[in-house]
Amino acid sequence: MSPPLDFVPVWTLILGLGVFFYVLLDGFDLGVGILHRFAPDAEARNLMISSLAPIWDGNETWLVLGVVGLMAAFPLAFAIIIPAVYFPIVIMLLSLIFRGVAFEFRFRDAPHRGFWDHGFATGSLIATFAQGVVLGAFIQGFQTDGRSFTGGSLDCFTPFSILTGICLVFGYALIGAGWLVLKTEGALQQRARRWGRNAFIGVCLAVLVVSIWTPLMETDIRDRWFGWPNTLLLAPVPVITALIAWATWRALNDPASHVGVFLGAIGLFAMSYIGIGISLFPMIVPHRFTLWEAASDPSTQAFLLVGTLVLLPVILVYTGWSYWVFRGKVRGDFGYH
Amino acid sequence: MNLDPLLLSRLQFVWVIAWHILLPATTVGLASYIALLEGMYFFGGRAVYLRIATFWTRIFSVTFGMGVVSGIVMPFQFGTNWSRYAYATANITSPMLGYEGLTAFFLEASFLGILLFGRKLVPPWVHFMSAVIVAMGTLFSSFWILVVNSWMQTPAGYRIQDGRFFPVDWLAIIFNPSFPTRLGHTVVGFYITTAFVVLSVAGWYLRRERFVPEARRMMSATLWLLLVLVPVQIFLGDASGLVTRAEQPAKLAAIESRWDTQSRVPLTLFAIPDEAAAANRFAIDVPVLGSLILTHSLDGTVKGLKDFPREDWPPVAIPFFAFRIMVGVGLLMLAIVVVGNLLRRRDRVFSHPLFLLACQFAAPLGYIAVLAGWTTTEVGRQPWTVYGLLRTADSVSPSLTGWDVLISLAGYMVAYGVIFPGGAFVLSRIVRGGPMEVDVPEPVESGRPQSPVRPIPPEGAAT
Repeated sequence: MSPPLDFVPVWTLILGLGVFFYVLLDGFDLGVGILHRFAPDAEARNLMISSLAPIWDGNETWLVLGVVGLMAAFPLAFAIIIPAVYFPIVIMLLSLIFRGVAFEFRFRDAPHRGFWDHGFATGSLIATFAQGVVLGAFIQGFQTDGRSFTGGSLDCFTPFSILTGICLVFGYALIGAGWLVLKTEGALQQRARRWGRNAFIGVCLAVLVVSIWTPLMETDIRDRWFGWPNTLLLAPVPVITALIAWATWRALNDPASHVGVFLGAIGLFAMSYIGIGISLFPMIVPHRFTLWEAASDPSTQAFLLVGTLVLLPVILVYTGWSYWVFRGKVRGDFGYH
Repeated sequence: MNLDPLLLSRLQFVWVIAWHILLPATTVGLASYIALLEGMYFFGGRAVYLRIATFWTRIFSVTFGMGVVSGIVMPFQFGTNWSRYAYATANITSPMLGYEGLTAFFLEASFLGILLFGRKLVPPWVHFMSAVIVAMGTLFSSFWILVVNSWMQTPAGYRIQDGRFFPVDWLAIIFNPSFPTRLGHTVVGFYITTAFVVLSVAGWYLRRERFVPEARRMMSATLWLLLVLVPVQIFLGDASGLVTRAEQPAKLAAIESRWDTQSRVPLTLFAIPDEAAAANRFAIDVPVLGSLILTHSLDGTVKGLKDFPREDWPPVAIPFFAFRIMVGVGLLMLAIVVVGNLLRRRDRVFSHPLFLLACQFAAPLGYIAVLAGWTTTEVGRQPWTVYGLLRTADSVSPSLTGWDVLISLAGYMVAYGVIFPGGAFVLSRIVRGGPMEVDVPEPVESGRPQSPVRPIPPEGAAT
């Protein structure tokens, strides 16, 4: 029997892209939710929701694809990581439930609109924080015995994972502000720039702390970034990140820039994502299992890959098309609802 | 207090899936109905169909949104609470879930956005096609998720190595023995559920003499549809029973509360199954009818539970009663449909007060039947997650404590306890508001105004 083809690299790429799309798309979606509580009046709140209404459930679909993709491509990682972050996941799901139904309920249940608006804003905030905790816990790794998670369900709450939770709140708020700068005009856009500047400062501080803390905490990661010649080879990562940060700050302060903040935030997310990837590769369960050790059967990976390679580009095309249909500034008379 | 994470995880799964299934039970049928109505409007141009379509699309958008958020919970359950099941079966089940996302969820989400908010932004034919695509998405989703469920009931095309399942034959996995009948039975059940909701709303409007032209169209078309679907469903249910007898005899024994293997078995209409004594109390039996229904022959043999090791028995009372509830509701539905279509002949169907009242209160029937049927098949599968191969007790996440699951279950109960009544309230407001005039869509600036907007003919022409 010839050795089976190695599908792990391509699945790593697909899953990596899938999770990245989720972070970007539901990121601005949740970010707008985080900022929703700061909206000055009912009209601004309605516009903010209207800018998301046609696309939010498509954005959340990437979460389903991410979790199912992890189960399909790396089931061992799925079976260790998900129970290990039991409570962050439960809290995230409950928060997503409240924010998701708010889109419909706030519009059709005017007597309780205040309640559903609270659900939307608070749900977005808590869901984001919970995702950040998952990220921090993931970087720190999990207590395992053989092929099972053996720690407690509260192990994932550490000072570090709380920090990554806060970090993600600022990050999503920044990309959410970028979305609002892109989709709104006038006073609300002005306000979005101000929110964006505050979030930007929070993101920079948080990323700085995480970037110092992580190599101090994890010797493997320190060796990867600061061992010679890696320092030289990886130098572009912080340099490019700094350049993008500078450009984002300029876009936040440039009244003529509509798309710059959003693009800058995407760039910052991409660089952080690449940074995490460099730190952890090739582990999918940090310290324990590599991508190859956690991979599913080659037949499984091949069977799903065939359809994915056909369907994913199609999905990207029609998702892009649906964004195109709803392009331009969001307005009260847009025909939403 | 000794809290069992296994039992609590099962209760949690029951809680989240029982609420969730009500939503696809609504949206699968509704999406097809909306596509049909949009087609009637697109090709015929009658405003009444536009009003009906827009009305049901409002209902659809609420139920679909709730379906999305309660649906996202589901794949995470496999990880949070059933990680050993997930690890053991991922090689086989997870690509199906992946294909569900790739072929259905993205399709539904993107094109629902167009259907709900895009009437002014896209040409009419694109809007109509969006309705069709959303309907296809709901059916693709049903297909893949029922592959997973059916494979757990009647596994095929696998080999087992180190306690994990590996794929051998993908076609055998997908078209496993119980899949075709289960897909048919479930999807037709969802269509019928939706149809009874439509019938109920129409009955209520007619009783109050509101929105009469719309209500008559809803009721008439629905009664014709049900006249076909309800008998088809009875046939599919019978076919499912034959598959169960062949593939899951212990489940069939529990459903029928049969303890001893016999031929010429009676049909037990009612009994109190006593598992400890392995006997029925207060049984009301019809001689031989059991064999006739279950085996299609007067002296067919039906296996009893005593043929199976005690530790492999499913609970008996739950499937036994759930099945009888499902069948009873089905017969009630059949009666309503037959009476309704008989009343047509004297043109009394839209005015007979008792019939309209029955229709109005028939809305929950489909949901009761769906939940009862689901309970029958899932509890009947116990004590296995993968029938005969992987025990439910060996499927739960090993790290969980009883308190972990109790807290999360309480969280789900509170959340669903808020959003489901909230949803019911919102839906009842939409129904009370009724079908409204729909603005003739005027293309807006950022849309694509290339194609002319179809004019709505005067109301006289529509009725």
